[in-house]
Amino acid sequence: MKSKSRSLLMRRLALHAALTPLAIIWLFPLWMMFVFSTMPDYGIFNPDIVLWPSTNFVENFNVLQTETNFLRAMFISITVAVIYTVLSVMLTSMAGWALARYRFAGRSIVIAIILGTITLPFAVVVIPQFIMVAREFKLANSWVALIVPPLFNSLGVLFMRQAFSMMPSELFDAARVEGVKEWRIFLHIALPLARPTMAALSIILFLASWNNYLWPLLINSKPGMMTAPVALGTLIGITKVSWGGIMAGAVLLTAPILVVFIFLQRHFISGIAAGAIK
Amino acid sequence: MRLRNGIAYAFLAPYLLIFATFWLWPIISSFLISFQNTRVNPWRFAPSLNWGRLVGDPAFYNALYNTLIILVIQVPVMIALATVMAVLLNSPLLKARPLYRFAFFAPVVVGEVAYAAVFRLMFSIDFGIVNKLLGTVGISAISWFDNATAAMALVIIAVTWRWAGYNAIIILAGLQSVPGDVYEAATLDRVSKVQQFFHITLPLLRPIILFCVVLSVIGTMQLFTEPFLITNRGGPGGGTETLGLLLYRQGFNSLNFGYASAIAYTIAALAVAISLLNLFFGRQAK
Repeated sequence: MKSKSRSLLMRRLALHAALTPLAIIWLFPLWMMFVFSTMPDYGIFNPDIVLWPSTNFVENFNVLQTETNFLRAMFISITVAVIYTVLSVMLTSMAGWALARYRFAGRSIVIAIILGTITLPFAVVVIPQFIMVAREFKLANSWVALIVPPLFNSLGVLFMRQAFSMMPSELFDAARVEGVKEWRIFLHIALPLARPTMAALSIILFLASWNNYLWPLLINSKPGMMTAPVALGTLIGITKVSWGGIMAGAVLLTAPILVVFIFLQRHFISGIAAGAIK
Repeated sequence: MRLRNGIAYAFLAPYLLIFATFWLWPIISSFLISFQNTRVNPWRFAPSLNWGRLVGDPAFYNALYNTLIILVIQVPVMIALATVMAVLLNSPLLKARPLYRFAFFAPVVVGEVAYAAVFRLMFSIDFGIVNKLLGTVGISAISWFDNATAAMALVIIAVTWRWAGYNAIIILAGLQSVPGDVYEAATLDRVSKVQQFFHITLPLLRPIILFCVVLSVIGTMQLFTEPFLITNRGGPGGGTETLGLLLYRQGFNSLNFGYASAIAYTIAALAVAISLLNLFFGRQAK
């Protein structure tokens, strides 16, 4: 018995000895992002190894703000992410509801299309999307261009569909017997029950919009209409640039999301894991 | 479920409208554009122009080679690492689990641009913290951006850091759905933990790992931001240029939409083909 508990202790030690260095390596870039954002540029170019924050964050941010109007870009990013999330949750829950709860002609075709597009890379559609939005609709550098084209989200539909199809049908049939209209059943019975799923989906959608880079880079490249990642990206690779300023921007992009992540980890994780369990 | 055509399509309409406009039509249109000469105004039908150029373009083969190298090295390394992370995180012996979970999962929420910036700075040749730390153990400074091999390694390291936790989340969800009594029985039969991992856990995880591989293949085939921002537009001298980057340069720097569409279709075809191969061999290996 004694030897068994000792071997358990050894196993516990080995487990932590393996995971701790890996965890430190994994946290290191995030920690350094924070450290760099607080250092003056001469500190970053210092030959010594500096692993502890300094006090220069505000100065770094001011440099960033004068180089590219970062507050404006943050405002655009937040607004776009909020509107996109609300619209996308609406669209995907309506579509998910229809696929989960009604039999209709062409149902299997719609499902096949949605499943098929999950595996298609964005690269296939990016050129025509750009031509259409920028040249035909003349919507480059607009809010609509940032929000509307990415609304197509297959994973969201499947996620909502799964939530609705797990609800007992007696719930809805009882309401139907009393003559309640279908859209009211959806709005007042089904949606409130799907709240946890909608929360997880909202977080994932918000994150996707907040971090989206390629499409906003292509479609909204005018200084006043850039999202925050695009504005920050324009500074990377320029020779004469303040690294402290760039890092301050990186922290402003990352820190809010990390804080939300700490508090809502469960929702984040279930949203991501849902991609796998269909 | 009752047959409700009208109501069902009323609920589906907004979604299908977006789908038709921004996905279905572009998929068809992309195919058609790839057969056009888009460098004249108006565009002209020229069926072999772009595809012919693709077949003989050294820049395409360079990008294809780089993409496949990244794919072949990065995806297995990352999936193996993610599996290890998930299995260790799932251990009942682990203390301070939320802390470890945070460390591995946090990169998942970090935006591409923010992480590209910090990696670029960390791996800077003269003053980067990585070379400084390597110096303390006697390794001389590595030219992460000037040496093509080192630059490829950097892209692989960066992508692995960003996505390993994402895959670990998916694998962990799969692990947690394995009933515990399977392991109890194995432990009673004196099967060692390592054997349990290879003979019970891995076979049960096979479909989920396969799913992660397919997702990673699709992602890697269109890899863009890392070589664009970290290794400076696919540098040094095209050493980290990927298919995604070539598509971007042809489409949006040269505005040659026809050729870019041919590249786009190649990316999609390769992604689908490699995914199918994976699924096929994944099933066979049983």
